[in-house]
Amino acid sequence: MADTTLQLEARRPADAVVAPGLSWGRFIGVATILGLLLLWALASALAWTSPVFLPSPARVWDALVRAATIGYANATLVEHMAASLWRVGAALGCTLAVGVPVGLLIATSRIGRGILDPLVEFIRPLPPLAYLPLIIIWCGIGEPSKVLVISIAMLAPIVISTVSGVRAAGESQIRAARSFGATRGQLLREVMLPAALPSIFTGLRIALGAGWTTLVAAELVAATRGLGYMIQSAAQFLVTDMVIAGILMISALATVSEFFLRWIERRFLPWIGKQ
Amino acid sequence: MSILSLHNVSLRYDPDGEPVLEDVTLDLARGDFISVIGRSGSGKTSLLNLAAGFLPPSSGRVLINSRPVTGPGPDRAVVFQDDALYPWQTVVENVALPLKLAGVAPAERLQTARRLLDSVGLGEHGQRRIWQLSGGQRQRIGIARALAARPEFLLMDEPLGALDAMTREMMHGLILKLWNDSRAGTLLITHSVEEALFLSTRVVVLAPFPGRIVLNEPFDFGRRFLSGENPRVLKSDPAFIAARERLVTAIHDEETV
Ligand SMILES: Nc1ncnc2c1ncn2[C@@H]1O[C@H](COP(=O)(O)OP(=O)(O)OP(=O)(O)O)[C@@H](O)[C@H]1O
Ligand SMILES: [Mg+2]
Repeated sequence: MADTTLQLEARRPADAVVAPGLSWGRFIGVATILGLLLLWALASALAWTSPVFLPSPARVWDALVRAATIGYANATLVEHMAASLWRVGAALGCTLAVGVPVGLLIATSRIGRGILDPLVEFIRPLPPLAYLPLIIIWCGIGEPSKVLVISIAMLAPIVISTVSGVRAAGESQIRAARSFGATRGQLLREVMLPAALPSIFTGLRIALGAGWTTLVAAELVAATRGLGYMIQSAAQFLVTDMVIAGILMISALATVSEFFLRWIERRFLPWIGKQ
Repeated sequence: MSILSLHNVSLRYDPDGEPVLEDVTLDLARGDFISVIGRSGSGKTSLLNLAAGFLPPSSGRVLINSRPVTGPGPDRAVVFQDDALYPWQTVVENVALPLKLAGVAPAERLQTARRLLDSVGLGEHGQRRIWQLSGGQRQRIGIARALAARPEFLLMDEPLGALDAMTREMMHGLILKLWNDSRAGTLLITHSVEEALFLSTRVVVLAPFPGRIVLNEPFDFGRRFLSGENPRVLKSDPAFIAARERLVTAIHDEETV
């Protein structure tokens, strides 16, 4: 019984400190967004610039509705979004499937580190627009090229965060498992990977950011669907309201994916930050 | 009957530097409870790491039943000073881990883990997470986990170091009871002379620079406690007080050198 009381006492102050900070931060965030919207509406209402440069919020909203209902650039808004989301999602899947094992190898094997670390360091600083042409030469202009370009952009953050996550496993946590007779594989599965997960999730966030950034570049080439394609089509005809509508949709997707990640963390990785 | 023995063991971390342990010889048999005591830096943790197989000796031999130790193994369970529990697992999963690694089926290992949790007084906390527990509760989980795979030897590195005096006393009774039930040959590293005296069948004093054994003496206060004598009375027994003075002097003598 004494245990339970101690427990409650220990937890309450921590929650109390975090909660007001969060809501205050959220309030400021909402206020900033509302303020910007107001400024935007004001700027176009008072005609500070031509609507070609800055269409009013209402026109952007109209563009959104137009794209959603009758469609724009050969497809409806939902179809564009689905195409982009599919590309980023598929790339994320590929990158995780490659990047996490590569990170584990670099972190746990000297040979793996010797071979893979320079490769990752080579890829890491490359801008996607630089290797995009090469990938098109190699893999054509189809869907695989686009997914591949996005995957490459996401790879380095995943690998690096996996490596540093594995290194974060405590020495005695590793020794404990070894003293209980863990094999190399068991050590990896039971200790190193779970210890690395919080860090991998941080890497995942950074990778998703890089993914959305690269999406537009990937959709530059021979795409017929996708938010990046929609924006570029609109830009060619100076349909600025549609450009802004596309940008807002990318930002919305990125925000939703970020919240999704946070939800997964809270639901499945409750130990993050506790130790 | 298994014996874990260190034969004339020396250890240098730096091949050209001073030895951290020099010519240490120690036998730990099933049913033994050996406490190692000594100043900070005298090489207690290094000694435990040698016995656990985390480090190879620079010279001398570490043997189990006359066979050389080549690495850590499930016959020697370790309890760490920083509990070394896994926050991604529930309490009961932590305790069941050694059995999982040994390939025991889920239902069976969870049942064993729950029984062990009961024996350390944490039966109701199985589904909680590590960070929701106090330091003393965590150390009890660490001990329960170490005992899960029925090790022949239990190696503990200052498991009670971070606990308050009251919790320590409660843990002493628990450790003695678990030791008596499991009969695992136990090596306990501690800073507390009273703790060493009260728990052990044998106390070893390690002097620093280089780490070497300067006193190695058997005691029976733990057995007397187990056979029902009052711990307060035991600790004020003249024999206990005299032994305490002897140990303190052995540790202190080296301090003035
Ligand atoms: N990994 C290491 N590399 C180099 N030197 C080490 C290493 N570990 C310990 N030492 C040195 O060996 C000596 C003994 O260390 P050890 O940790 O065994 O002492 P200890 O008796 O456990 O001390 P404490 O009571 O503070 O835990 C110390 O002088 C320490 O600096
Ligand atoms: Mg130590």
